[in-house]
Amino acid sequence: MNVKRIGLLAVITIFTFSMIACDGNGANGQNGNVISLDGSNTVYPVAGAISEEFSAATSINTTVGVSGTGGGFQRFCRGEIDITGASRPIRDSELQACAEGGVDYLELPIAYDGITVAVHPDNDWVDEMTVDELKKLWEPAAQGKITHWNQIRDEWPERRIELFGNSTDNGTYDYFTHAIVGEQHSSRGDYTGNVNGNILIQGISNNTNALGFFPFAYYFENQDRVRSIGIALDEDSPAVVPSQDSINDGSYQPLARPMFFYVSTEAAEREEVQQFIEFIAAEGPELIREVGYVDLPQSSYEMVLARFDQRITGTAFTVDGAQVGITVEELLKHAQTDPS
Amino acid sequence: MKISTADANHRWGEQLFRYLCMAAVLIPLLILGILVLDTFIDGLERLSWEFLSSFPSRIAMRAGFWPALVGSIYLIGLTALIAIPVGVGAAIYLNEYGEQHWFADFIEINIANLAGVPSVIYGLLGLELFVRASGMGRSLLAGALTLALLILPIVILASREALRSVPDSLRSASYGLGATKWQTIRQVVLPMALPGILTGTILSVSRAIGETAPLIVVGALSYMTFVPSGIHSEFTVMPIQIYDWVTRPQEEFLINAAAGIIVLLMTMLLLNALAIVLRNHYQNRFR
Repeated sequence: MNVKRIGLLAVITIFTFSMIACDGNGANGQNGNVISLDGSNTVYPVAGAISEEFSAATSINTTVGVSGTGGGFQRFCRGEIDITGASRPIRDSELQACAEGGVDYLELPIAYDGITVAVHPDNDWVDEMTVDELKKLWEPAAQGKITHWNQIRDEWPERRIELFGNSTDNGTYDYFTHAIVGEQHSSRGDYTGNVNGNILIQGISNNTNALGFFPFAYYFENQDRVRSIGIALDEDSPAVVPSQDSINDGSYQPLARPMFFYVSTEAAEREEVQQFIEFIAAEGPELIREVGYVDLPQSSYEMVLARFDQRITGTAFTVDGAQVGITVEELLKHAQTDPS
Repeated sequence: MKISTADANHRWGEQLFRYLCMAAVLIPLLILGILVLDTFIDGLERLSWEFLSSFPSRIAMRAGFWPALVGSIYLIGLTALIAIPVGVGAAIYLNEYGEQHWFADFIEINIANLAGVPSVIYGLLGLELFVRASGMGRSLLAGALTLALLILPIVILASREALRSVPDSLRSASYGLGATKWQTIRQVVLPMALPGILTGTILSVSRAIGETAPLIVVGALSYMTFVPSGIHSEFTVMPIQIYDWVTRPQEEFLINAAAGIIVLLMTMLLLNALAIVLRNHYQNRFR
C-alpha cells in the first residue's frame, strides 16, 4: 500500500513539475515568436490554411482563435493578439477602442467572399432576383407580410417561402443587410438564423420552398444540395451567379465582399510577422481557392504588400461599415493617390 | 372471489408499472445506443494513430487531433489537481468541523445552488477574474481554474455525502481510544469515505472534459500548430476541435468530427472505469 501511495504521489509530482518546468517558450502569445491570430468565423478557414502551410514551411508556430469579427477586434484593440481576421472593415467604435488601447493597425485585404443566395434544387421557378426584390423580401417591413413567393413576382407560385440566413451576431449578416436592405443590421426577424453554414444548407436542401444566404465556401462545397441564384443590381442589369471567377473579377455584385487581416504595427516590426505577410502574398491565392474562397487579383496582392511595407495605417474603406459594390483594387488605388 | 379479482387488478397494475419503468430505462439507452453506433460507423474509418498524433489541417484526411487531445488531458489533470484538494478540504470542514454551525448550513445551501449555475457563467467569471484581472491571459492555468470552479460544488457535495455516510459510532470509538480529532479524520473517517469521494470527484472531472462553453469564453483556441508547453501556454480542447470540424463547409470533416467524438467518449469511459476500479479497490480494503 505504501509503495502504491508513493507511486501515486510521484505521478502527480512529475505531472505538476513537467507542466511548470517546460514553461519557457509558450508564455505569452505575442511576446514569444508565436504569431497569434483571432477573429471572424468566415476568415477562419483561410487563416487556418495559411497558418498550417506557413508553420510547415518555416517552423514558426501560429495560433488561431475564432472570436468572431467583433470579438477579434476587442482582443486586437487590447493588444492581446498580433493579427485579427475580419469579414467587414473596422467600425467607428472599434477605431476608438484601438485608439484607447494604443494599438495602431495595418489593414490588409486578403481575399473575397461572395455571399450566396440559394434555393432548393427542385425549385424550378426562380433563376435570378434583383436587389430590389431581395430587399422587398428581407427588409424589416416584410416581417409577417411577405410570406409567399408570388408576392415578390406575380408569375411565381403561391407557395410559402421559408427563409434561412446567417444569424444576426455575424459579419456575414451585417454585410448582407447593408448591401440588400441598405442599412446594416436591419432585416426581418422571422427567418431561421444560424452561424453554422452547414445547418443552413441542410435547412434549404430539405425544403422546396426555401431561400437562404450564407458565405460562398458553403455553396462551393455543396453544389449538389442547393442551387445558387443570380443577382442583378437592377432590372436592366444582367444577373450574375456567384463563382470563383465572377467574384474575383468583380462582376458578382453587390454581395462580393473583401475579407481582411488587421495587423498591429507593433507586430509588423517582428520578422516572423513580416514573413507571414509575404507568405500570404506568395502562397495565399492558391490556399484561399482550396478552402472555397476567392483570391484577389494578383495586382491587388502587390498593392497590399506595398501598403504593408510602407506601414500605411488607417482604413481605406469607409469608416462606418462596408462600402458596397467596389473592388479592393479600386479602393487601394484610391487610397494610394489620396492618402487620408 | 372478490379478493382474487382485486388481486388480479393489483397484479395487472404492478406489471404495468414494471414495464413503464423498463421503458424509462430502455428508451434513453436505445437513443444513446443509436447515436453512439452512428458515430462509430461514421468515424471509425478516420480513427488511427495518425489521426491521434497529427495537427489540424485544412485537408480532412490529414487533419489530426493531437493538440486537442493533449490540451484536454493537461487541462483535466490541472483541474483535478486544483479542485480535489480544495473540494475535499471544504467537505471535511463542513462535515467534521462546522456541522453544528449555522454558517456551515448557509454555505451548503449556496454550494448546492452554485452546482446549478450554467457553465457559461463560470466562463465569464473566469474571463474577468483569471484571464484579465489576474493577468494569466488565455492560458491552460486560467482554463483549469475556471473548470475547477465549475466542478468544485459537485466535488464538495459528493465528498460531503461520502463523509456523512461514515457511521458516528466509528468516530466515537476512535475518540474512545484516545485519538484526537485530526487523527480520527485522517485514520478513520477519510479512509472509510474514500471510495465515495473518489467516485464523486472522478465523475465530476469526467463531466469537465466535455465542457465547451466556458472554455470558449475563456479563450481556448481553435487551431494551433503546436502542443501546449506549460501552464501559461495557450491551448485547445477536444470539444472545441470537434465543433470546428462540424462547422467546416467540406463534408469530409464530419468524419473527423465523428472520430473526435469517439476519442472523447473513450477518454471519458477510461476516466469512469478508473473511478470504478479505485472505488472497488478501496471498498475491498475495508471489508
